[in-house]
Amino acid sequence: MSEDVWSAEGTTPDAIGTALREMLRSRHASNRALAPARVLNLVVVVDRAWKDEIANRLAGVGRYHASRTILCAVEEGRSALDALAVMSYDEPRNGLGVMHESVEIDIGPDQIARLDTIVDPVVVSELPTMVWCPHGHTEALRALGGIVDVILLDSDDETDCTWAMAWAGKLLESAYVVDLAWLRSTPWRERLAASFDMPGRLAALGELDAVTVRHRVGSRASAMLLVGWLASRLHWDVTSLSSMNGAGLRGAATAAGGEVEVRLESSDQDVPGLAGVTVSWGGEHSLSLDRGRGGLRARERSGAGERAWQILGASRGEGGILGEGVRQALLRDPTYGPALQQARNLCP
Amino acid sequence: MNAAVADQITAENPLVEGLERLPVHPTTLVIFGATGDLAHRKLLPALYNLAHEGALPERFELVGIARRDLSQEEFRSMARASIERFSRRRPDADVLEVLLGDMRYLSGSFDDDGVYTDVEQTLREFDEKAGRPLDHIFYLSTAPQFFPVIASKLGAAGLNEAGDAETRLVIEKPFGYDLVSARQLNAEVLSVFDESQCFRIDHYLGKETVQNLMALRFANALFEPVWNRNYVDHVEITAAEDIGIEGRAGYYEGAGALRDLVQNHMLQLLSLLTMEPPSSFEANRLRDEKLKVLEAIVPPAVEDVASMAVRAQYGPGVVGGVRVPGYREEEGVAPDSRTETYAALRLHVSNWRWAGVPFYLRTGKRLERKLTEIVVTLKPVPHLALQSSGSVGPQSNQIVLTVQPDEGVSVSIGAKIPGARMRIRPVNMEFRYGTSFVSESPEAYERLILDAMRGDATLFTRNDEIEALWGIIDPMLTAWSDDTTSPIPQYPAGSAGPEEANALLLDCRLWRRL
Repeated sequence: MSEDVWSAEGTTPDAIGTALREMLRSRHASNRALAPARVLNLVVVVDRAWKDEIANRLAGVGRYHASRTILCAVEEGRSALDALAVMSYDEPRNGLGVMHESVEIDIGPDQIARLDTIVDPVVVSELPTMVWCPHGHTEALRALGGIVDVILLDSDDETDCTWAMAWAGKLLESAYVVDLAWLRSTPWRERLAASFDMPGRLAALGELDAVTVRHRVGSRASAMLLVGWLASRLHWDVTSLSSMNGAGLRGAATAAGGEVEVRLESSDQDVPGLAGVTVSWGGEHSLSLDRGRGGLRARERSGAGERAWQILGASRGEGGILGEGVRQALLRDPTYGPALQQARNLCP
Repeated sequence: MNAAVADQITAENPLVEGLERLPVHPTTLVIFGATGDLAHRKLLPALYNLAHEGALPERFELVGIARRDLSQEEFRSMARASIERFSRRRPDADVLEVLLGDMRYLSGSFDDDGVYTDVEQTLREFDEKAGRPLDHIFYLSTAPQFFPVIASKLGAAGLNEAGDAETRLVIEKPFGYDLVSARQLNAEVLSVFDESQCFRIDHYLGKETVQNLMALRFANALFEPVWNRNYVDHVEITAAEDIGIEGRAGYYEGAGALRDLVQNHMLQLLSLLTMEPPSSFEANRLRDEKLKVLEAIVPPAVEDVASMAVRAQYGPGVVGGVRVPGYREEEGVAPDSRTETYAALRLHVSNWRWAGVPFYLRTGKRLERKLTEIVVTLKPVPHLALQSSGSVGPQSNQIVLTVQPDEGVSVSIGAKIPGARMRIRPVNMEFRYGTSFVSESPEAYERLILDAMRGDATLFTRNDEIEALWGIIDPMLTAWSDDTTSPIPQYPAGSAGPEEANALLLDCRLWRRL
């Protein structure tokens, strides 16, 4: 990987934009097989002390990186803008080489309220823009409202799940939201959908009588969203869950076929996200999916006995989840909003 | 939830909405020819990548069949080596272990009834283990002479249907050797399997850029208004390779460029380029439109072939700075071989939209570079007020769809050269997959295997379509095989092809540079 680098202290957004254009022009002039990636602007607003940690997370997304990443690092007491722009590329061997741009801008807290005036001249204007504020900085979201198409967030990051759901719902009113907590539930949603897709099995969806979701302690939002998804897709009426004296949450939903018991249980797994899900129907049938090596372990119980098997799939890891978040900025999932609404109804 | 909602749930799966990955029903995939080159390079790595992404069905069993006498462990070692070498991503050790651990290998000759007894028993075992009948896919990745044998033996063993589960037959190319043999093969296969069970693969259709051809035409108001005889001057479809026959003389001597690339890939590109918009992208709606346009291509009479098609062979030359032998000097090729390594043809689509527009197709081995592209050249503007003095001046607009190596679309337009004078030169507006999408395209085989497991035949060739494809090139095959005396034009390896191909171009047109 080769890099062209530009930096300046006490600079301006216009100067940064000009520097990026010049880097692009000169690199393209020296090698016409190099072309700039033009997919997505990703604006990340972070505390300066944690800038490197976030930069490392972004580096871990692999091929799913945005084409232009603008990292705004907020530092107490700062008023001037310092900037570092890096254009990275692999020298093309055969055919085309693609260039990616990343810009780090150090800003002061007072500049957040008008962050749009700093970011707007630096984004590629014809591309969609996604913003991610992993350290809060909600005022940055307000400031960038006019130029942002997609907001990336992680409802699992918040200790107060009820607040996290409400916040996501509020953001959804003004932009498309990509929630990493939702994306952690994707393989589970896909497998549940597939498990009930077989002829003869589909009707069981109308007979579900219990759902238990097992999750890491800090990933309650993912669990809530998974239940919210089932509730929204299967037209359940849900009410808020109650605490089970520290052992999780429990409650009930009302479906056409009767009551559905809902339980959220904490699991002590290391990785964020879900640990397992069990759905039951018809009194004697149940299907459990649990995280395992090389995929999910499936276990099905019925009156005829029990069967267990392995469903293939590699864990995406947190880097993969973040990369998927970037990729989802270009898609539109119509089921997140209704699932979120139901998840909010489940919140204690 | 009311009764109407309950009814809706039993009619369609409400959990599928919004998911990128659609459910695939539990399946046993049986690969005939599991130790062959295609399985080694493409099928096993594609299956691994599907497993890695969690795209395989929740219950998936794989059975490999081939003549080689291998133990289960030897087959798994071979499969592991194939996946590790050819997978587009580095395999995850846990996923690979589970995938390999469940694989089953059966050895035997494809005409041996015992093999099919073993297959039946293995499938039954898997069904019993799953507690339900799994869908069965039989993938014929063998030499083509075994296609009818395997289809017939599967039928005789009662394996062409599986009660409540689905049974499908995936057949690799080449499907037939000419029109007569393709018809015969269709008849033999369709005497055992229903057409809805048959999935004839042309892996080009699984390529993102080929599917993007439909997106370009039918998702953009910009192009469709000019996509007709009023605006299009001519079309070129090129599939150039810089490699030779790569030690495959045995296959290539019996095939040649026309069968190897024109009959399938290039005519598929032509049909997608010229078909009318389908009413939906349901498999048969799309294939109906492709068939209609293929039937509108009038094959030349055998005696007219010389004026509409050119064949040639590569001679010795230099490719990439390396001296390479001519075709007739390749190992396994007869010194007097008349097999073409280059074919170019001029076709016409005789319908309202395309009447009078020439379509030029060319393909060859050992050409100066590897390139697959479609070039749609528009007619020049009717009146030229702008001066061209001091510049190349306005040129006809060209829409270029590159299938490989740099997948994308470019449109050439005339633009003013900066300066005091009104001088024009063509510039390009470009879209490249590599720069415009963050995601990596899956291999064509990943998409096609998944589609076959889901029963979606949209990207597979139907029986009548395959016969229409052969019908177009059959007169050329006949004329060239009948002509045993005329010298075969030669072109130097590493060149753009034979001079004789220029004679096909009407009205002083020129082939686009490779």
